[in-house]
Amino acid sequence: MLIIDCPYCGKRDEAEFHYGGEAHIVRPENPSELSDEAWAEYLFMRSNTKGRFLERWVHSEGCRRWFNMARNTANNEVEAVYLMGETPPKEVSK
Amino acid sequence: MTRQANRLGTDLVAGARIDRSKSIWFTFNGRRYEGHEGDTLASALVANDVQLVARSFKYHRPRGFFGAGAEDPCVMVQVGVGAETLPNLRATQVELYDGLVADSVNAWPSVNHDVGIVNDLMSRLLPAGFYYKTFMWPASWWTTYEHVIRNAAGMGVAPKQPDPDTYDHMHIHCDVLIVGGGPSGLAAALAAGRTGARVIIVDEQSEMGGSILASRLLVDDKPGAEWLASALAELGAMEEVRVMPRTTAFGHYDHNHMGLLERRTDHLGPGHDIARQRMWKVRAGQVIHAGGAIERSLVFAGNDRPGVMLASAAATYVNRWAARPGQKTVIFTNNDSAYGVAADLADAGISVQAIVDLRVEPGAAALEEASARNIEVLTASCVVETRGKRAVEGVTVMKLNDAGDGVVVGERRFDCGLVAVSGGWSPAVHLHCHAGGKVDYDEIQGCFVPGKTLEAARSVGAANGQLDLADCLTAGWQAGTNAAADTGFRKPGKVPKGPTATAVEVSPPRHVWIIPAKPGEENKVKRFVDLQNDVTDADVRLAAREGYRSVEHLKRYTTLGMGTDQGKTSNIPGLGILAAELEKSLPDVGTTTFRPPYTAITMGAIAGRYTGQMLEPVRRSPMHHWHENHGAAFEDVGQWKRPWYYPQDGEDMHAAVARECLAARNAIGILDATTLGKIDIQGPDASEFLNRIYTNAWSKLAVGRCRYGLMLSEDGMVMDDGVTSCISDNRYLMTTTSGNAASVMGWLEEWLQTEWPDLKVWCNSISEYWATLTISGPFARDLLAELCSDIDVSNDGLPFMSWREGTVAGAPARVFRISFTGEVSFEINVPASHGLGLWQALMTAGEKYGITPYGTEAMHVLRAEKGYIIVGQETDGTMTPYDLDMDWIVSKKKPDFIGKRSLGRADFLRDDRKQLVGLFTEDPLEVLPEGAQIVDDPNAPIPMPMIGHVTSSYLSANLGRSIALAVVKGGINRKGETVHLPLENGRTVRAEITGMVFYDPQGERLNG
Ligand SMILES: [Zn+2]
Repeated sequence: MLIIDCPYCGKRDEAEFHYGGEAHIVRPENPSELSDEAWAEYLFMRSNTKGRFLERWVHSEGCRRWFNMARNTANNEVEAVYLMGETPPKEVSK
Repeated sequence: MTRQANRLGTDLVAGARIDRSKSIWFTFNGRRYEGHEGDTLASALVANDVQLVARSFKYHRPRGFFGAGAEDPCVMVQVGVGAETLPNLRATQVELYDGLVADSVNAWPSVNHDVGIVNDLMSRLLPAGFYYKTFMWPASWWTTYEHVIRNAAGMGVAPKQPDPDTYDHMHIHCDVLIVGGGPSGLAAALAAGRTGARVIIVDEQSEMGGSILASRLLVDDKPGAEWLASALAELGAMEEVRVMPRTTAFGHYDHNHMGLLERRTDHLGPGHDIARQRMWKVRAGQVIHAGGAIERSLVFAGNDRPGVMLASAAATYVNRWAARPGQKTVIFTNNDSAYGVAADLADAGISVQAIVDLRVEPGAAALEEASARNIEVLTASCVVETRGKRAVEGVTVMKLNDAGDGVVVGERRFDCGLVAVSGGWSPAVHLHCHAGGKVDYDEIQGCFVPGKTLEAARSVGAANGQLDLADCLTAGWQAGTNAAADTGFRKPGKVPKGPTATAVEVSPPRHVWIIPAKPGEENKVKRFVDLQNDVTDADVRLAAREGYRSVEHLKRYTTLGMGTDQGKTSNIPGLGILAAELEKSLPDVGTTTFRPPYTAITMGAIAGRYTGQMLEPVRRSPMHHWHENHGAAFEDVGQWKRPWYYPQDGEDMHAAVARECLAARNAIGILDATTLGKIDIQGPDASEFLNRIYTNAWSKLAVGRCRYGLMLSEDGMVMDDGVTSCISDNRYLMTTTSGNAASVMGWLEEWLQTEWPDLKVWCNSISEYWATLTISGPFARDLLAELCSDIDVSNDGLPFMSWREGTVAGAPARVFRISFTGEVSFEINVPASHGLGLWQALMTAGEKYGITPYGTEAMHVLRAEKGYIIVGQETDGTMTPYDLDMDWIVSKKKPDFIGKRSLGRADFLRDDRKQLVGLFTEDPLEVLPEGAQIVDDPNAPIPMPMIGHVTSSYLSANLGRSIALAVVKGGINRKGETVHLPLENGRTVRAEITGMVFYDPQGERLNG
């Protein structure tokens, strides 16, 4: 059970959060112009990283707000949290 | 029989932790025995000379006590009777209380006469992987096999009655959590406690002390018990220190989340009105693992006979409980620690026949202890067999060759009822590993020691491979000081000294994983590695030869270490044998994964207070008690209780539903629709937002108008539907299905926050704020007109799919002209506090029209008569709007909405997709079971090609026949064709594919 540092509320138990998958997957501007392959890439394909992973979480039983988190999937260390729409902070951008 | 024939007097054991003045009577396998306060069930049975206490799993061989604590693999008991009984407890961990009733679990009909022993006689036919090899085929027989195996394997019995006890969940934070109350843990607690840090120290046993409780070594030049008392007194006086005996740390999870199980009344027996157990969920700043080490056995011929026992366990029975496990003993060891045991046993009056040591050169201090007591030491020797019928009566000892793989001619025979064995020590690395900690192999000690950890944690003392008391105290003190400092606590001033003891020089152990048997008997003897699951060295070697080279595969194939003891004493010897067979080094073979829990925890503790009414919150509408008072049968819809139907005067469900359905089409039906999800959506971009969320167009919805919408997920599948109304400029009220209210709300928020933060839209869940009452039927408008004077409810004043604000029966109301029945219908929303009043007013005024409350079942029938879908019933996450024949609701003009791009995929345009249609059975009174499979050719060989299934099916009183909705491959273009439905009972039903609208296909009744 992780401790997650909600950027709005502070450190809370993982039980208060829901996971939202890989971060920075942007919905294509004009889906109709995409090939089936390109659309499937957006829709289904996600990286399965061992190590630092940028992902989305929502504080569903707290402030109900979404945010981004950099987590090391190998040891579950939470390396950074940052707001939706922000780019990853320097220390976690590769 | 003499009472406590094996209880040692105070002349022989002075410091035992029992109260000899307090007698306790208990029953084991139907016989009454006497014990003392402070005993465990195991120690009391040892004191009463009860040696045969269990049977092994596979061969049902007789088993005695092998350990004295959590490591004991053999003796499982069922404790207590009736609702409070607990199965599969370890007798070594059950504290004695007056009136305790316990039985062996793995013996039928009794431990003394076990029918399963026939397995032992057949054991040549039961090699490793026997269950896999024999019971894999045919698959359909597996349930039969499993039943027989489970009975023979004979685990305990779960109580049939509800658990009368309560269990609590506790949440707590601390700076330093210390697992294990032995010398290292206590030293750490003293050091950390003195800094003022919040410290929790737990120990699974009834009292703190660990090895001190069974040792005669001095601490701070005092007898261990004396030092222990002063240490506990000091800790007890510290405000921020919590000392928790009878508490097992069962799991170490991410970010120093620790699970503890505290047993509060199990040692007192039934009938206490405090919570029986508490599950503690701890967040610790720092964790110190000081859980000690577990002694290993040696794998020698006949090592499973009752009377063979771990050396440390023998010492513990003697020193801690003054219980004599045998009158004559032979010690068999590969290390120095058993010499101390020999001394303890000898000083307690037990005749130590010999110490058999695998090594050529035992440690000097160890030899001194033996010679001081005139105990013969046989070096470079091994026990090649044990003798005896049901229990050990003697052993044969031979010289070991230099390689350790054979014996030298010439044997010595000893008579003894106890063989105290030590194969070295394995640190309890379990918790360290739970949280992803690695282990390193210690060549000298022949064990895994804690390596790198991912957590703010450290291991000390025997848990870290330090076996000497002096080392443990020093390391514990250091760990406590450092852990406290790491959480910001330091004791000002001079650093005080921790507790000390005299260090003892030891010689390294000698590792011989398989002890040779007598010459010529190698293939006849049984040498057990895992005593609970009856895994022998031959099983392990056979598995290796058959290709089970990974330790994880070996474990599952042979069941090594898979018992309730999780191989605490057997894993390392098993790995050693596997490594030798594979000609690899032991660390190259690796170790199995340690997973929580360390020892079993009860279901009651896991459930805590979340049982019965506390399991999940129940949601009730404001009219709930009216429904109750009028005899409604309820149905669970998510957390909601909804009226299902209202039986009258002995009606069954069918009669009630038929009456309710007829009333809704011929008079007035009234439905409590409060559970509908309601989301208030506001903001200048609200209509643009709805445009993107729904498949149809929303830009031009005028104030006062309503629209039905379909929501897709991005993969093009139908996710939810509902009516959304324009309340005012930039404000909408969205309704969702009852079950999806929360998830749709989450869905909207996700898009707004993560993808479209530029949209100025705010969503608010208002489901509970409004009560929703739906009246439906030809007289619904007349009734509403009577109670509402400020809205023109005529067809022109309030046309279909529009809404008005006004007053109904004095309550402020929003009246929506929408219909889920196909009749003239009004959904009246009033603030929740007005719900019951309005319901009563409608019932009173509607009486003359024959107003009839109807429940969810009639609601389902009425909408099915009209072919209206229910998301989650007609859809299952694989249905597109086209599959539902709802092309009309998918906008062709909008450039984009969620799911649009997926609808263009070639697969979605296939004409043989499963599509929603109606079904008329040939026999109009035949009601198909929902889920029934549809085939084209009922004579096709099995497995028949299946082309669809029934999604909804009812007997329609309004139509006088059955109706069904179904999905059928290519069904939309197959109307009029006949399909077949083979039923479970062997009958096949014929049905015609029809349209979905069974009733009033022109929709004339909608406007009245
Ligand atoms: Zn928050």
